[in-house]
Amino acid sequence: MKAYRKNPVGAHYGLADWLLQRLTAVVMAVYTVVMVACLLMHAPQGHAEWKALFSGAFLRLATMVFFAALAYHAWIGMRDILMDYVHATSLRLTSEVVVGLVLITYVVWAAAILWGP
Amino acid sequence: MSAGTTPRPKHYRPWYDLNLAHLPAPGLLSIFHRVSGAFLFFPVLPLLLWCLQSSLASEDGFARWHELASRPFVKLALIAVAWLFAHHFFAGLRYLALDLHWGIAKAPARTSALAVFVLGALAALAFAWRIW
Repeated sequence: MKAYRKNPVGAHYGLADWLLQRLTAVVMAVYTVVMVACLLMHAPQGHAEWKALFSGAFLRLATMVFFAALAYHAWIGMRDILMDYVHATSLRLTSEVVVGLVLITYVVWAAAILWGP
Repeated sequence: MSAGTTPRPKHYRPWYDLNLAHLPAPGLLSIFHRVSGAFLFFPVLPLLLWCLQSSLASEDGFARWHELASRPFVKLALIAVAWLFAHHFFAGLRYLALDLHWGIAKAPARTSALAVFVLGALAALAFAWRIW
């Protein structure tokens, strides 16, 4: 009976989430730095230029990747906050569901803005 | 009882010092990293998406946001958002460095925490100077 004994330590998704939170942070940081630099060098004047900026396939794709990374990053962050401060299980799970639904809405909304009519 | 757990003292009372002024810089940075992250999740993100949507949708929408952004109170709100983002950004970079064990000791960690506060404020000031 002594061959295999260990303490239960959770569901084992912690390390993957921890790593993905960093990975998504790096993706967003690169997008932010490039975007801020571009906008500083040439600020779009008026609606036509603003629209033209977001009509390029590459920036659309990069922006979509940014929002996808943001959604996962924010999910881990908000879940950590809720785990730390909301101790009543029913309230915490309800809040987590709400956060998840809100984040899915953000991603769908972003896709609709970038590729919609 | 599983191995490795220590029983709690009988009359265990967790006690938290909630006065932020008593926290060293790294602790303060951590709290503001959480608060800024939560605010970016809501309401900054939906407002940003709404702005992106209506400013891209039509000439009218763009003009409306352009006019709105010229009001002093809106500018102050934008500067606050810029600070939230800048602090979260620089504090995040610091955590990435700490994960790589760069500046992990107590003294450099305190210095870098102060640097994050200064950089965040400077970024917000630069943004304010730019839009005003």
